[in-house]
Amino acid sequence: MKLAYWMYAGPAHIGTLRVASSFKNVHAIMHAPLGDDYFNVMRSMLERERDFTPVTASIVDRHVLARGSQEKVVENLTRKDQQEKPDLIVLTPTCTSSILQEDLQNFVERAAGTSTHSDILLADVNHYRVNEFQAADRTLEQIIAFYLGKIEKDTASTVSDRTKKTKEPSVNILGVFTLGFHHQHDCREIYRLLKDLGIQVNLILPEGCRVTDLKKIPEAWLNIVPYREMGLMAAQYLEKQYNMPYIATTPMGLVETASWIRQICDLLQSLGPLVTPLRDSAKYIDQQTRFVSQAAWFSRSIDCQNLTGKKALVFGDGTHAAAMTKILVREMGINVCCAGTYCQHDGDWFREQVQGFCDQVLITDDHTKVGNMIAQIEPAAIFGTQMERHVGKRLDIPCGVISAPIHIQNFPLSYRPFLGYEGANQIADLVYNSFTLGMEDHLLEIFGGHDVKTVITKNLSTDQGGASHLIWTSSAQTELQKIPGFVRNRIQRNTEKFARSKKIQEITVEVMYAAKEALAG
Amino acid sequence: MSPLKFECETGNYHTFCPISCVAWLYQKISDSFFLVIGTKTCGYFLQNALGVMIFAEPRYAMAELEEGDISAQLHDFDELKRLCFQIQQDRNPSVLVWIGTCTTEIIKMDLEGMAPKIEAMIDVPIIVARANGLDYAFTQGEDTVLAAMAHRCPVVQGQKGEASLAQPERRSFARPEGRRVAEALPASQQPSLVLFGSLPSSVAQQLTRELESQGITISGWLPEARYEELPELGPGVFVCGVHPFLSRTATTLMRRRKCQLIGAPFPIGPDGTRAWIEKICQVFDISPKNLDERESQIWENLKDYLSLMKSKSVFFMGDNLLEISLARFLIRCGMIVYEIGIPYMDKRFQASELNFLEKTCNEMNVPIPRIVEKPDNWNQIQRIRALQPDLVITGLAHSNPLEARGITTKWSVEFTFAQIHGFTNARDILELVTRPLRRNNHLKDLGWSKLVTGSHGCGDLLDQKVAQ
Repeated sequence: MKLAYWMYAGPAHIGTLRVASSFKNVHAIMHAPLGDDYFNVMRSMLERERDFTPVTASIVDRHVLARGSQEKVVENLTRKDQQEKPDLIVLTPTCTSSILQEDLQNFVERAAGTSTHSDILLADVNHYRVNEFQAADRTLEQIIAFYLGKIEKDTASTVSDRTKKTKEPSVNILGVFTLGFHHQHDCREIYRLLKDLGIQVNLILPEGCRVTDLKKIPEAWLNIVPYREMGLMAAQYLEKQYNMPYIATTPMGLVETASWIRQICDLLQSLGPLVTPLRDSAKYIDQQTRFVSQAAWFSRSIDCQNLTGKKALVFGDGTHAAAMTKILVREMGINVCCAGTYCQHDGDWFREQVQGFCDQVLITDDHTKVGNMIAQIEPAAIFGTQMERHVGKRLDIPCGVISAPIHIQNFPLSYRPFLGYEGANQIADLVYNSFTLGMEDHLLEIFGGHDVKTVITKNLSTDQGGASHLIWTSSAQTELQKIPGFVRNRIQRNTEKFARSKKIQEITVEVMYAAKEALAG
Repeated sequence: MSPLKFECETGNYHTFCPISCVAWLYQKISDSFFLVIGTKTCGYFLQNALGVMIFAEPRYAMAELEEGDISAQLHDFDELKRLCFQIQQDRNPSVLVWIGTCTTEIIKMDLEGMAPKIEAMIDVPIIVARANGLDYAFTQGEDTVLAAMAHRCPVVQGQKGEASLAQPERRSFARPEGRRVAEALPASQQPSLVLFGSLPSSVAQQLTRELESQGITISGWLPEARYEELPELGPGVFVCGVHPFLSRTATTLMRRRKCQLIGAPFPIGPDGTRAWIEKICQVFDISPKNLDERESQIWENLKDYLSLMKSKSVFFMGDNLLEISLARFLIRCGMIVYEIGIPYMDKRFQASELNFLEKTCNEMNVPIPRIVEKPDNWNQIQRIRALQPDLVITGLAHSNPLEARGITTKWSVEFTFAQIHGFTNARDILELVTRPLRRNNHLKDLGWSKLVTGSHGCGDLLDQKVAQ
């Protein structure tokens, strides 16, 4: 048992649901008690999703506990099949079903035996062994393997024998999915970059993809995995089974983006004769870096000079924390005192990535350790998750959010990629704004704020006219103090206005309530 | 023969897990600490559902069960003891509430058995509430906690002396309706009245004063703002609920603490508040004063909102058990209710409220809504499509998708967190109900009320070949 109230990575089923609901026309059924479908709320609220989240629960209640699910799961599977005619239904186990140890695979087979329109798959994830990211990674691999395997079985030949590559060089993007940190924007940015270079995008997985299109996967020349946490397993599987190479570099920051472009172009050129030559990548990189993007120029400008040697702490998922550390150090001259990640299962990779870029590495999923580290180092700025933002608030240190877990404000409506050249601009803004805000605060403190004179007149206050005659009884004052600070003044004003209009001299609790009833709250 | 009809569907509906009750209970009971004994799933729910509260050093935590706990490699007694010692040292609470979850039910962890032993060791009372998703929905979590807490309330003092008030049929389930207790006694000699249900202290204060102005003093609330101030209970004590979801607590108070339950409509809306006060007055044989004026004054103040609501239709998908009372109030406001979805319907505990609903429908001359227990959200959405109600009161899982289809919604959970009880807060309910209607009025001429095309996501990049 572990005492905790905050976690960086969610439970396994969240990962499975994120993958399943990213595909088009795929439905997930959770084997779970009432209330475990909170995922739907998150997707509907955070992503502001317009469609109903294709996730329902086959409810585990007291009866299921006593007698087993019996027909219930099968009924829910066939019912959903008829109602929505999805291409695929993913039966998703939860922590509850993993201890109940019901034979869910058996339910899947029985439902499939009733000649459902949809394919049915049991997500192969163990709640107690893997977290959200690992489960997402595994589920994506599982779905891809299932459909490619199905084709092989149907045609009695291997897909690689059969499949021709696209005529033009093309790639699959693996790992763009719902509730991902700026995934939609990143995806658009990558798409644009590849288009500039003359590279087609064959498939984007799983966001917006139909499982019926999965047969086209091997037609791409190579796979790109922008985020390490999700898509790597699928890429490795496709490399092994279908001989498709992959690139797992994250094009975040100018240096990494350049290296990512070079790797893709070199690999494509080595794979076969190109019908239409790719754009000269070296020239493209140079032009984008120096003139189109503003980030390179920013790093030479006087503004950025002032950031030299400033202390920062970075924490987040492996992909974003590693990339951010490198950007801060290599591209802006900032001193990263500590870089860390909560992706403990991938700790070795992270250590290797940030080696030489930071003073110390912190690999933990305990937010109090991260908080203590921040308090100990006292950096000038933090780049972390929402949790670090709140630690920063408490310690008066500015924080830029660079990684999940995130809140609704991290799902901006405007175009905010973190990857590619536009991403580099966004990151430069984020870094600069974090540090200047901190600096302004600091200067204000030294010079005692903007307003050095004591305020003499209070125009907005209520202490005017006849108000001074009003007396607040002590119980009314106590009641007033219970009202949250940000509305207290308004309540006080309204109450006094009411009292004056009623010619009441003494404000009691009753008067307060009467005022509330009379005025609009 | 009641014309109210009750249906029951599949129970495939969306609601919050009952462990969410820690969110408001830890704030209400200021010297408590809530320990939720469950898995990452529970923790993830709390973390996301409670949003910013998480960052304010809340007085609750997860005892997160790991694989070793499930397979019984670790001794759960020692593990819990360790965590409770830690909490006692770090936070020094006056009471620890263990929230049992689905997992502790399934692995049959004997929380009730372990609590007294650990309680003796750390010298802090431990209350066990099984607020799990196997048995309960959302607000029923509070019911399980209060029912457990009812056992810890001190025994009423001078019980012997007041025994004369005790009546033989008190132990039966029969409510003391119409039965006059003692002759109109001065307040000091009135039998004590304890109200149950967690309310923000200002709302509790408002209800207390409403009763005081009728000459009824309240001897306590379950829960009070501090655990150490729990009210005295026992035979001769009258109890009355303020929330419609407290049926277990009511049963516990009657059967285990031998209190007398006053079955009344709930003080939600001016009509409900008045009926609630009248019922209590009736039991105490007091003729209520000024209630007519008080109620009509409140209605008068609501006029501007009522004009917006007149003849508009409402559909409750159901997730928090406040639905019957809210529907009754909205019907009185002039709305037409098509369907009242509700997770669980205790017809005995809600009897007065149900009668009141029926009476209100008759008086307002509107059809009686269908009441659907354990609704099926998929079926409900088909019905909503057919009926096209003016307002759907639903959870966040369905709000945005319905709005995108041109159906106006109000988020049901807000009714749980807003102040909706008593005369004073009637306006707050209507503020919530009319907000989407007022929004519609502001945006009505813009021509974009339906916003779905069928495709979504960045896969569309491929379909549409967006040129950058």
